[in-house]
Amino acid sequence: MTAIKFDRVSKRYTGSQEALRNISLEIDSGEMLFLTGHSGAGKSTLLKLLMAMQRPSGGQLLMDGINIGKLPNSQIPYHRRRIGVVFQNHQLLFDRSVFENVALPLRIEGYEQAELARRVRASLDKVGLLGKEKLNPIELSGGEQQRVGIARAVVNKPQLILADEPTGNLDPALSAEIMHLFEDFNRLGTTVMIASHDLELIARMGHRVVTLDHGTLVGT
Amino acid sequence: MAVNKRASGGAKQSRVTVNNAWQAYLHHHKSSARDSLQRMLANPVASAMTWLVLAIALALPMTLYVAMANVKQLSQRWDQTSQISVYLHKTVSAEEAQALADKIRTWPGIKAVNYIGADTALAEFSEQTGLGDVLTRLDDNPLPSVLSVVPDLHDNSSEELAALQMRLQQETGVEQAQLDMQWVKRLYEFMSFGERLVWALALLLGLAVLLIIGNTIRLAIESRRDEIQVIKLIGGTDAFVRRPFLYTGIWFGLGGGLLAWLVLSIGLWWLAGPVERLVALYGSDFQLHTLGLGDSLLLIGDGIMLGWLGAWLAVNQHISRIEP
Ligand SMILES: Nc1ncnc2c1ncn2[C@@H]1O[C@H](COP(=O)(O)OP(=O)(O)OP(=O)(O)O)[C@@H](O)[C@H]1O
Ligand SMILES: [Mg+2]
Repeated sequence: MTAIKFDRVSKRYTGSQEALRNISLEIDSGEMLFLTGHSGAGKSTLLKLLMAMQRPSGGQLLMDGINIGKLPNSQIPYHRRRIGVVFQNHQLLFDRSVFENVALPLRIEGYEQAELARRVRASLDKVGLLGKEKLNPIELSGGEQQRVGIARAVVNKPQLILADEPTGNLDPALSAEIMHLFEDFNRLGTTVMIASHDLELIARMGHRVVTLDHGTLVGT
Repeated sequence: MAVNKRASGGAKQSRVTVNNAWQAYLHHHKSSARDSLQRMLANPVASAMTWLVLAIALALPMTLYVAMANVKQLSQRWDQTSQISVYLHKTVSAEEAQALADKIRTWPGIKAVNYIGADTALAEFSEQTGLGDVLTRLDDNPLPSVLSVVPDLHDNSSEELAALQMRLQQETGVEQAQLDMQWVKRLYEFMSFGERLVWALALLLGLAVLLIIGNTIRLAIESRRDEIQVIKLIGGTDAFVRRPFLYTGIWFGLGGGLLAWLVLSIGLWWLAGPVERLVALYGSDFQLHTLGLGDSLLLIGDGIMLGWLGAWLAVNQHISRIEP
């Protein structure tokens, strides 16, 4: 079953070249997929289109049959709630505990306290940070922080997980650990899409790889 | 790494039931209110400064308003001392004058009519001026008899007073009816000017309150930019993002309103002693108009409303610019 369909999608930022050109791509529900390409190839842009952070300038982007590019502004929050994101520059809030960071998506959706606490702990348990819920994220290592971000992304059981360079600053061992964590969620049925530079690690994992080059799809 | 598969089976589990949605909504209101109050109290000096500025802006028009209320009360008392002097023709006898006085007393809106005969008037005049010697040398008493008519001003407008004057003027035997009201009229004019001044000032300072709160909220939004971006990224609605800032505005308004009320109450209490002594001196039954319950609620309610509105304007202007 197709979860996501790019149909000749292009994206031009105002005043610059086309960041994406004529992208056609189908992603099945439950699939795990890597997105690679040189810096500036358009990986982040592609993920941003899926998040409705940017709108396509041409073509159609469908998720479960819904045209994401034409989503009215008022619907965008509800669309985003179906997606768990691990974006490098939108990470944790350091004015609250690990628990509250992970709880944020549930607070937005209005979970009652007991159910919220249960889910936050389950999520922290999955990333192996159950004992650190009371700490401030600033007290955690880089790898631990990344895992808190992942716990937050999965806490409301999204159908799609998007990650933009989730292993950016981590050493090889930690990177592999993080990637395997995503594999675990994928095994439970969640569609996962990861933008990464780490070609060696990606190759080892043996999932579908999509490569972008100057905004064009060169290999799927 | 430990991966707990037991806890992650329910991907299709229902999310939020309708019943819970309402509770969750209330809960977010409660937590936003508490949270923004805590943030404010965590920064006591800056918050207190803002409250003080707001208090001054809110208290100024209210002070003028209370002052006006007191002047009004005084002027109502002074009204009662105004009168219409009805000068009679020389040919009118004392009996005729008394009859006319009796007749006028039966008219509506008349409080008292006093007859002052020409002789009495002359005696009073010479006593007051010390010109007794000169006056006794006159063959003829130059002063007319006078009826001093005291109208009930409580429910008489100045038009009605003018009508009363005309009516007195037309009575036979009346030479001239003179309204000694010029100064009361001036006072009234001054007061209606004062009332407008209060309104204009209230409007201007209300605007200032909006700007102060708007600016404070803008800074708060700026300092929480990361948080807003994250919340938007993970599906927070605009209303969700807005809520804590609206409560911040409400708390600022409430604090400013309460402080304004406190300052005014203390000021009035401080004035009450001297005013009481002054009043006792003049044997008047003047009562200092203090802040009633209505005035107090108005002051604090205005603060809250302006706080909310200022925050709302600022939030709507700035939050849409912060996108993940
Ligand atoms: N907000 C923006 N405004 C204008 N141009 C942009 C914007 N974001 C990205 N671009 C341009 O679009 C192109 C693709 O950028 P994008 O961030 O998608 O690349 P990327 O593949 O994620 O690169 P990296 O690996 O360095 O993260 C680049 O040429 C970039 O300069
Ligand atoms: Mg990128």
